[in-house]
Amino acid sequence: MPTAFHVELVETSGGGREVRLDGRLTLADAGPLWAELRRLAAGAAHGQSLDFELSAVERIDGGAMALLAWLRAELHRRGVACEFRAAGPQVQRIVHLYGGDLVVARLGRRRPRGTLDQLGAATLAVLLEVQLVLAFLGEMVRSGAGLLRSPRSANWRECPATLERAGADAVPIVMLINFLVGLASAYQAAPVFKRYGADPYVADLIGISVCRELGPLMTAIVVCGRTGAAIAAELGFMQVNEEVDALRTMGLGPMRYLVLPRTLALMLAVPLLTLLADLAGLAGGLLVGVSTLDMTVRGYLNETARALRPWDVGSGIAKSVVFGLAIALIACQQGLATRGGAEAVGRRTTSAVVITLFTLILVDATATVLFRVAGL
Amino acid sequence: MTGPATAATAPLVVVEDLAFGWDGVALQRGAAFTVARGAVFAILGGSGCGKSTLLRHLVGLEAPLKGRITIDGAAGAPAAAARPRFGVTFQSGALLGSLTVAENVALPLQAWSGLPLDAIGAIVASKLRLVGLDRAGDQLPGELSGGMRKRAALARAMALEPDLLFLDEPSAGLDPVTSAELDALLLVLNRQLGLTFVVVTHDLASLFAIASDCILLDRESRSIIARGDPRALRDGSPDPRVHDFLNRTPREATP
Repeated sequence: MPTAFHVELVETSGGGREVRLDGRLTLADAGPLWAELRRLAAGAAHGQSLDFELSAVERIDGGAMALLAWLRAELHRRGVACEFRAAGPQVQRIVHLYGGDLVVARLGRRRPRGTLDQLGAATLAVLLEVQLVLAFLGEMVRSGAGLLRSPRSANWRECPATLERAGADAVPIVMLINFLVGLASAYQAAPVFKRYGADPYVADLIGISVCRELGPLMTAIVVCGRTGAAIAAELGFMQVNEEVDALRTMGLGPMRYLVLPRTLALMLAVPLLTLLADLAGLAGGLLVGVSTLDMTVRGYLNETARALRPWDVGSGIAKSVVFGLAIALIACQQGLATRGGAEAVGRRTTSAVVITLFTLILVDATATVLFRVAGL
Repeated sequence: MTGPATAATAPLVVVEDLAFGWDGVALQRGAAFTVARGAVFAILGGSGCGKSTLLRHLVGLEAPLKGRITIDGAAGAPAAAARPRFGVTFQSGALLGSLTVAENVALPLQAWSGLPLDAIGAIVASKLRLVGLDRAGDQLPGELSGGMRKRAALARAMALEPDLLFLDEPSAGLDPVTSAELDALLLVLNRQLGLTFVVVTHDLASLFAIASDCILLDRESRSIIARGDPRALRDGSPDPRVHDFLNRTPREATP
């Protein structure tokens, strides 16, 4: 396609060289213009001069002028003298507007950060995040204590709604996942136990592992993915939309109005879901027991009842209360720490889920070790 | 046949017998006006009269209930996946929060210019310098002040060198000094680059500083009640509604 401009490199009478441009220089032709000018500029060496002669330019738009001005600056930095010459009044106005007649500033060089520097900064960021979560927990406890003096200052209406969304609505998915986990665990264990003639102990294994570990943990992971992410996104959006600031100006602190009702609801919902999860996990093991191990339903249930102590279920429930607190605490803290726009909401939601998952595993492992050490 | 001279002097925007609104209910009816090339054209009116809605119809985001909008001789709304014929800035700036300011400005160039990345970078740097944001290219929109966001949005709207720019409330939420700086920038772009602006505003100081032509929409009559130079309308309109609006005269309190 023919272009509306022409570029030519000519020798000047003073022994220098210049690029003569004529015609209409517009963004529509910027591709070929850029390629041609880069080719011509590449031949200019340090100490030489290469001016742009614009007397025959009929029209130039901002896009084309931006390219010329950038090229002039680049030539200057390479030690090549370069100016715009002989522009008509209309073109000269655009040259001026785009800084084509200004002294080219020297570029400051940024020193790249070293690996140790980056590692240190990342470690500090993690520690800061931990500090912020702990500070948030402290503030939550203080607000909770304040709530005892004036219970009506909290937004209790939020509690049943959260309980329904986080609890009742999650029952099918929690039960299905725990049923499958119980089934898969029993299925993996069955051949090994059968080899040693220890078939009934599959019921012991599934009963204890589901009630003490798998049930509470899998339930908390599901609630973290469903409700934790939703809370972080909801509060994050409220934060960037200045709704939280509006609440503050109305004297409604986010801690009492937003955080505590959600936390209380999750500390109730997760243990209740865990009880159902335990039943579903045991049912999964039962199915494998009666279908592959020649056990009767009654026999499997009797063996489970014999193996399980009340504390096996109680320890799982106790952990699940802490899991509910951790999910709510981190989701609310991350949501309220959101700054910026839609992208920041997404980033904080992801952080909330990742930090919560790590915290759940850490709490679970710590509790398991402590219970064992205490002989519980 | 239309000759080049005629095309150069023909109005850039022509609106004929336009009715627009929401859910079939008209906010305005029978709207007709033209925007001359090189003008700074203001759309005025009280709250709820349909200023921003009219702008959304002009830029093709909404379909009118009735009537015709022609921009630079071409009728109808722009196709969704076509190179835009004009630039638009929204009241909030509407910068993409996940991209830096420079990436926001580069977005239309990457989509439509076909230029290599170094050329796009050069154009972006110039545009940011033009709007006074040459040091803010690496920042995210969330880190900018309101005025900076508006200027960044202006740089993005100008990236493809349109002749026509639509601005929705450019001075809303800005302090008087920042607002005046933005007005000065618009005037430079209008006078030096010959850009045509269609501006929705109810900032009278800004209006008298930059606008060469305007229309005043009225909510009660659902029609355009004044058209012309805003200063002339302020000083000489016989219509009390126009006089009151442009002189900030409060309506008489009803007993």
